[in-house]
Amino acid sequence: MNKIRMILNWGASCGGCDVSILDIGRAVLDLPNDVDILYWPVALDFKRKDLEALADQSVDIGVINGAVRTSEQEEEAKIFRAKCKSIIAYGSCACFGGIPGLANQFVGEDLIARAYREAPSNVNEEGVVPSRESERNGYVLLLPEFASEVRPLEKLIKVDHFVPGCPPSTSTVAELIGNLGAIARGDAVKKIFASDKSLCYDCPREKTKEAKRVEKLYRPHEIIAGNERCLLEQGIVCLGFATRGGCGARCIAVNMPCRGCYGWLPKMADPGAEAMSALAAIAGDWEDYMPPAKIFDVLDAVKDAVGTFYAFSLPSAIINKKRG
Amino acid sequence: MTRKISILPNTRLEGHGKVEIILDDDGNVIDGFFQVIEFRGFEKFCEGRHVEELPRITPKICGVCPGAHHTASAKACDAVYNAEPPPAAKKLREMYYSAHMAHSHILHFFALGAPDFVLMGEDAAKRNIFGLVAAVGRDIGMAVVDNRGYAQRIQEIIGGHPIYPVSSLPGGLSKPLGEAQREEIEKMAVSLIDFSKQSLEIFENLVLKNQELVELIASDLYRHETHYAGMVDRDNRVNFYEGRIRVVDPEGKEICLFEGADYLENIAEHVEPWSYLKIPYLKKVGWKGYIDGPGSGVYRVNSLARLNVAEGMATPLAAEAYDNLYRFFGGKPVHNTLAYHWARLVELMYASERILELAQDPQITDTNVRNIPSSKPSEGVGVVEAPRGTLYHHYVTDKKGIVQKVNLIVATVQNNAAINMSVKKAAQGLIRNGVVDDKLLNMVEMAVRAYDPCLACASHAIPGRETPGVRIYRSGKLYKRLPEC
Repeated sequence: MNKIRMILNWGASCGGCDVSILDIGRAVLDLPNDVDILYWPVALDFKRKDLEALADQSVDIGVINGAVRTSEQEEEAKIFRAKCKSIIAYGSCACFGGIPGLANQFVGEDLIARAYREAPSNVNEEGVVPSRESERNGYVLLLPEFASEVRPLEKLIKVDHFVPGCPPSTSTVAELIGNLGAIARGDAVKKIFASDKSLCYDCPREKTKEAKRVEKLYRPHEIIAGNERCLLEQGIVCLGFATRGGCGARCIAVNMPCRGCYGWLPKMADPGAEAMSALAAIAGDWEDYMPPAKIFDVLDAVKDAVGTFYAFSLPSAIINKKRG
Repeated sequence: MTRKISILPNTRLEGHGKVEIILDDDGNVIDGFFQVIEFRGFEKFCEGRHVEELPRITPKICGVCPGAHHTASAKACDAVYNAEPPPAAKKLREMYYSAHMAHSHILHFFALGAPDFVLMGEDAAKRNIFGLVAAVGRDIGMAVVDNRGYAQRIQEIIGGHPIYPVSSLPGGLSKPLGEAQREEIEKMAVSLIDFSKQSLEIFENLVLKNQELVELIASDLYRHETHYAGMVDRDNRVNFYEGRIRVVDPEGKEICLFEGADYLENIAEHVEPWSYLKIPYLKKVGWKGYIDGPGSGVYRVNSLARLNVAEGMATPLAAEAYDNLYRFFGGKPVHNTLAYHWARLVELMYASERILELAQDPQITDTNVRNIPSSKPSEGVGVVEAPRGTLYHHYVTDKKGIVQKVNLIVATVQNNAAINMSVKKAAQGLIRNGVVDDKLLNMVEMAVRAYDPCLACASHAIPGRETPGVRIYRSGKLYKRLPEC
């Protein structure tokens, strides 16, 4: 059997996705038996020229983690698409924008001002900021312009498979590796490597599926949550009900709520809006009727709706970017 | 004709970087730069968030040292709420954190750094972890994978996930440690100590017994006399989780010792209109440019810096390894940049011994791991020694605990000036009369790799666009490249 030809790259990412591949353990040592890795900057010394030298469509699988923020990331994603028969968006950033996508709440000027004028450690009395054009010793100096927004990979190139998670869990990675041969052959393989049902169905807690009102909402540091009962029922906003399963419910295992890294459910039109709506429907201590103003009182614990409901998905939301 | 050599991308390090080397008419190096070429913008988009979410958000700055951001963030949250965690929570955090250091140092030494030493003369395609395993044997490869796996598993038990921890929050931890889990951690710690011994032996056999490599490590090519900064405990021994920041001059004399909360009095950041990167320096000395010596505000952080500022290690086998390192170089501080790799292994031993000590501490399974904050939130600073150097998180909130301002000084940025100096010096020493090949260029990259730079961290707040830089020509010669670092 011919080896699978594969290339891997990172965009606007943190490296955690690459570490998640190493976390499969001894199996990583066997990868070279089945797979020829022809580009992977974090681990191998192939350079840009080596990537460019690959013939178009000569690579079976390209794996990209990280969102797209800069022109180079955009360029490399397009090179990957040209070289590869199949492209895998790996991790929440490539799939949905991820945590760095929260930057879409701000325009570039705000970022500059914070970093170079306001940060308290700066010594910058003249308020110098990097500028596109500035003069030094009689020469005009140029700096690159800003990228205006964080985009998930799919907004730029066609993606064949999605592997969500921040980062994907070891079980998800193992499933992907088990399917590499099928993907390389072009066999029918599932498009999204996660459950189509909500995390609640995988949740180890006893009473997750019971119909209960949430009398009062708490932020996680305000109460010591019990280990057995549904976190949402205890008043802690847990996004498990609106998030695909497949992660292994690890955050919940240490008594912390889900923040949605495996992405929203197939039937939802917008990642956060429907979760907010569903939460409002169960909030408050009432039987038949509750005045809307009281619902707002209960929901007042959520001071940051974007960070709570769109932590991993803002660039994929219907309203996804602050315009300058 | 001026000539430019680009090393793009820098490989076997975390994040997007490249090296640019500028040659004159004769093919000798005029200048060398290390450019960080990515952008995300965390400081700004953390504004408006619930502060207790920052220990879950800021780890996404870096997937190789997420535990450092999680822990510094949790400590900043403790300070924001003035909520001291119970003793068991602090010990569990430190145990978690020691495992985190072990993971990062194993990863860097074996997967990123060691191929340079063991496979120096090899083809680029073989100079990697797979080539290393082929050269040193599958048994060592399995030991590396297994023991890094144990470090990940310990983090998973306490933090909830082997990579992205979630369990620390203002005032402590979300869950105590059970007895069965404690036993599991204790066994893994014993293995990690054995593995640390084995790693130090590997370094001795493959590097210190190789005269060519010893000469390289000792050579002036990879040497800078700078200040050093790092965290120490009350007895001036290395500490990753808690302590004061000690700064020593190039002679090793203490010039400051400060609490993390006072970082603004000791560290400042320089801003240039023509570069996106800020440059931290010692406030007391001032910014004097990219130069060595006691008169320069340039300081270095990360493993060797921590050993240089300390008077020793707090655990017995690490203390022995520490003494061996200084005996080899015949004095302190050690200024040889490639010794950062060795120092990482000394710290791996300390981290492993510390996990075992804590796993055997009777208090570690105490179920009281959280104090619910009772005071109004306001402002706080959290500091840890990240694998790559001192990490500062500084938050200001409103009275509801909503983040108003965030300032981060991350480990790698503090080595930024030194990395640029190291690239230039290595390039000038290695590339003569236009003679250059892959092996020499990799030796330039080795100057970068020794710092284990994490560009994901460094670029948390660098707004830039990833174009390949701007060139300024003067009289037909390249005058300046931007960004300059």
